[in-house]
Amino acid sequence: MFRRATGLLARPILSSASSRARPFSTDLPVSDSADSSFVDAWKKVIPNIDPPKTPVAFMKPRPTTPSSIPTKLTVNFVLPYASELASKEVDMIIIPATTGQMGVLPGHVATIAELKPGVVSVHEGNDVTKYFVSSGFAFIHANSYADVIAVEAVPIDQIDPNLVQKGLAEFTQKLSSASTDLEKAEAQIGVELHSALNFALTG
Amino acid sequence: MAMAAFRREGRRFAPLITPQPITAVRSSLISEEQAPLGVRSISTQIVRNRMKSVKNIQKITKAMKMVAASKLRAVQVRAENSRGLWQPFTALLGDTPSVDVKKNVIVTISSDKGLCGGINSTSVKISKALQKMTSGPDKETKYVIVGEKSKSQLIRGSKNDIEISITELQKNALNYTQVSVLADDILKNVEYDALRIVFNKFHSVVQFLPTTATVLSPEIVEREAESGGKLAALDSYEIEGGETKAEVLQNLAEYQFSCVLFNAVLENACSEQGARMSAMDSSSRNAGDMLDRLTLTYNRTRQASITTELIEIISGASALEG
Repeated sequence: MFRRATGLLARPILSSASSRARPFSTDLPVSDSADSSFVDAWKKVIPNIDPPKTPVAFMKPRPTTPSSIPTKLTVNFVLPYASELASKEVDMIIIPATTGQMGVLPGHVATIAELKPGVVSVHEGNDVTKYFVSSGFAFIHANSYADVIAVEAVPIDQIDPNLVQKGLAEFTQKLSSASTDLEKAEAQIGVELHSALNFALTG
Repeated sequence: MAMAAFRREGRRFAPLITPQPITAVRSSLISEEQAPLGVRSISTQIVRNRMKSVKNIQKITKAMKMVAASKLRAVQVRAENSRGLWQPFTALLGDTPSVDVKKNVIVTISSDKGLCGGINSTSVKISKALQKMTSGPDKETKYVIVGEKSKSQLIRGSKNDIEISITELQKNALNYTQVSVLADDILKNVEYDALRIVFNKFHSVVQFLPTTATVLSPEIVEREAESGGKLAALDSYEIEGGETKAEVLQNLAEYQFSCVLFNAVLENACSEQGARMSAMDSSSRNAGDMLDRLTLTYNRTRQASITTELIEIISGASALEG
């Protein structure tokens, strides 16, 4: 009777787990494309244990650079707790690099860009979605794939302007009254972020 | 027939048949059976105690399985959402676990609590094997340990190689801020050319794949890009932002480490809960089997003592008659 009960209890959990293991675009099955030089080096020294898997085995390989410029840009916009956009085909994105706003079209030259607090806007046809990102990196590959990895991002319409003003005033005050270098640096970061937020909401 | 049985049993109970009240005989019977006189049956009291404790154990392991299942549900969602985080880095910088560097640092991720099957031993085994693989003349390999369980195993063999050990990571819910502070700590205090993170990737509720992710220091990235091979394409990328390329690569390496560590910690937490679920499930099943066997033993013992009592009474009665 106990055995049947555990079987009954196990089945719903397993079926719900397998239904959740629907392939997300971020969740991919294990492929056999392991790094062969690693496996060989491993087997030479440790023949008895299977080598561990490496991240390459869990990733879908990216397409190679096409000879003609593709019509759409494929964007992956990821955050630590979610994938905002996963392999979405868009016309253009504008990212806030530290050197200024950068527009990315299909066929853009390969770039690694560090981001400052600002707005990422995604243009698809006539829709424009704007996100405020705190900071991060953006990689633009030669095959018209763009990866934007941000630490935190929110859609612009979810930001409260009053709190932004309050935060800006608070950090400006902290900056003027800061004594140690650490406090000054922290206050400066706060001021930069809130001014960028302000600009994003108004500009 | 009763006489024959009594004669058989008589050899056993001869020293006990004294003019004493029945209760004393019964208690001395029990104590006689406890003593190792080549007697095969166990007292019912002992069996009953054992059954009670096994039943309690079964209840506890079932409860632990339910708790692990609910925790797994919560962490699994977050782990799957964080899977997109490391993919852009691997797409850009490739995956180079067979890179040849002087200073390797192995970051082993394990759980704090036990009773989770073999995942911690697997991580330690892979870490030790990686250390063996990356050792060589004028190369050094150090450990950074996250989690209590691998600490106790690795301290035995490589006490001097452990640079930092971090425990109680999951006291508060895992979040990116906490992991990035941890990554910052590690990067500041440990000299490294290549960081190898060893963890158990959550493939399904019953399958956990030991995985190792490699993060290279910016100098090694430059070296590999110049020498050709997997990172050769890196030179073709324009660098935007920062004053120098080196600064951007430094930020990139640190960011990559914190992202990969975050995903690794979440995946390991998932694997821990899944492994605990299956360990507790098999433990409950074993307890159930043991309970069945003990019930049979109990019934046999009980019936044997009833038979014995009957035999005594009947032979006593027939002795009085005849």
